Amino acid sequence: MIVSAELKEHYTAQYRAIKAFMPGKSLHWLNDVRDKALATFSASGFPSPREEEWRYTNIAPIERKRFQLPSGAPALIDRDKLKPFQIEGAASLVFVNGRYERELSVLPEFGQGIVVCSMAEALQSQASRVQQHFGAAVKKENKGFLAFNSALFTDGVFIYIPQDVKIEAPVQWIFVSTGADSLATTRNLVIAEPGAQAEVIECYLGPGESGYLSAAVSELALADHAAITWSKLQCESGRGFHFGGLYAEVGRYASLKHANFSFGGLLVRNEVHADLSEGSECSLDGLFLGTSRQHVDNHTRICHREPNGFSRETYKGILDQRARGVFQGRIIVAQDAQKTDAEMANRNLLLSSDAEIDTKPQLEIYADDVKCGHGVTVGQLEEKSVFYLQSRGVDRESARSMLTFAFANEMVEKIKLPALRSLIQNELLAALPRTDIRKEWL
Amino acid sequence: MLVVENLHVSVENTAILNGINLNVRAGEVHAIMGPNGSGKSTLAHVVAGREGYTVTSGKVTYDHADLLAMPPEERAREGVFLAFQYPIEIPGVSNIYLLKTAVNAIRKHRGLGELDAMDFIGFVKSKTKLVDMDEQLLYRAVNEGFSGGEKKRNEILQMAVLEPRLAILDETDSGLDIDALKVVSNGVNALRSKDRAFILVTHYQRLLDYIKPDFVHVLAGGRIVKSGDAALAVELELRGYGWTEQQVEA
Repeated sequence: MIVSAELKEHYTAQYRAIKAFMPGKSLHWLNDVRDKALATFSASGFPSPREEEWRYTNIAPIERKRFQLPSGAPALIDRDKLKPFQIEGAASLVFVNGRYERELSVLPEFGQGIVVCSMAEALQSQASRVQQHFGAAVKKENKGFLAFNSALFTDGVFIYIPQDVKIEAPVQWIFVSTGADSLATTRNLVIAEPGAQAEVIECYLGPGESGYLSAAVSELALADHAAITWSKLQCESGRGFHFGGLYAEVGRYASLKHANFSFGGLLVRNEVHADLSEGSECSLDGLFLGTSRQHVDNHTRICHREPNGFSRETYKGILDQRARGVFQGRIIVAQDAQKTDAEMANRNLLLSSDAEIDTKPQLEIYADDVKCGHGVTVGQLEEKSVFYLQSRGVDRESARSMLTFAFANEMVEKIKLPALRSLIQNELLAALPRTDIRKEWL
Repeated sequence: MLVVENLHVSVENTAILNGINLNVRAGEVHAIMGPNGSGKSTLAHVVAGREGYTVTSGKVTYDHADLLAMPPEERAREGVFLAFQYPIEIPGVSNIYLLKTAVNAIRKHRGLGELDAMDFIGFVKSKTKLVDMDEQLLYRAVNEGFSGGEKKRNEILQMAVLEPRLAILDETDSGLDIDALKVVSNGVNALRSKDRAFILVTHYQRLLDYIKPDFVHVLAGGRIVKSGDAALAVELELRGYGWTEQQVEA
């Protein structure tokens, strides 16, 4: 693709201007990574719809903008808007426009050799651990947004969990973006040693109505028998742009439970990649909501590389008004991955005749003794269900809103942590069009 | 209470009901029997207000008001209740939420305030005993993963909570074993009162062993071909439906 010289110059200038303040600026290996990533991005630019994996999402609106990395004093944010997102009892790391805000964060002492800190801090105190894992899970796909992120990340979250240690309280990070054309580029790394366990929650929010870009990349190194529950709640501003990708390297008999709630943003791309090993377990749940002119793209890839893996994937979409949704789910079963058990489902509810969904489940199976399946539905609310509720005295509009909520809430109810479930329900109700669901009755 | 006069109904240009006349007074229990395809469920659905049926002639009045002019929710708020043959599953919404929404919609219609949350829970829990239902089912998603018997009990529970004046039970006995049938029948009998009327739509006489009707009507070919008292149901059990239709033709 032809990358506009001006785009290239803009981000190269951004990189140069901030290089001296970048976290890990004294680490040669990281400077190498950043330099190479910038070169890659300069050559390839942002992805184009000509690439198969971006077929249904045109990110020209992101390309046209000239986003600015934060400089000067940190942006002020309304603490009242942040507070509901900070889950009681959880450690929470708050970042504003990609910069860590110690004042707003709640970070207890963990002990047991657990490390939870900002990426900037980790690049000082945990440099060799970061170096060992940085870029390992994203592998050679390091182009487009990944290259952009590697070159320009300003901070992020680092978590290290030693062997057989469980972090009891959930660890949460909240990325707040604010300001027109601002750029929040964050890079997270979670390392779980053999048998380690933790629950992590990432929240993205844009309390204003700004057209910023939040571009986050997370890498997860899950060693044998480790188990991570990872929830993402995306509530970007109505004009915000969001790219968020999780790249997980899942060890033998390790487990990854991922839940992806995507409610906000104007143009959104959620990616989840999981490379599984022998006996790994992986569940990917997703709920995406689009109204107005939102475009929400979900891209998932589960790769069963070794035998006896188990994966379950359920993504649900609700699209109203002129919103457009995309689901691309790939399951790859390598030749050696015998006895794989994999299922994928994508169910979509279209609430308006102008709403649209492109759904593309893909199974690529190279082994011969496997159990794999997928199913896709696209539909409207069922008339017999609407009538059932009407026959109980519920008016038609309320019946429709109850059924729409029910369709979504089925995914929310899978969340085990009550405070998180309640937060997601609140955000769901705020984002759902035309709803009169009473939270206190649920 | 409910007066059906010369009701003709068609579905996609096929006539299903061909002139039904029925008069149901408060306190009465009417059984509507008949072979498959005779139009029993259509009658139940038309009274409850389901879309997809065209009333080609005739009228239905409920307390002297034109029932057919009301949307289904208004009929429900006025006291009409349909227990479904195949209750709908609604994953994602709990039973208790649906009941609360329904009760408050009906109360609002009657100019009453919302029920206090604690009072409401107590009220609903007392009704679960009527149908011998585990209280935990209140917090489960509506009918999701319920057994056939649990679904039918749940319909009767909804009926008990909504306190309708006219309850129509559409093949509530189908698919029930004898124990579940007894539980469901006991629930219905407990709700019988001089102000409340029931229409039991059923294929079999079995249900009527437990809920004694005041009137039995035989529906065939979209018309009521014979009416009588409870003894008629027993006769139908012995002789089948064939003779009732022949009588009309003769």
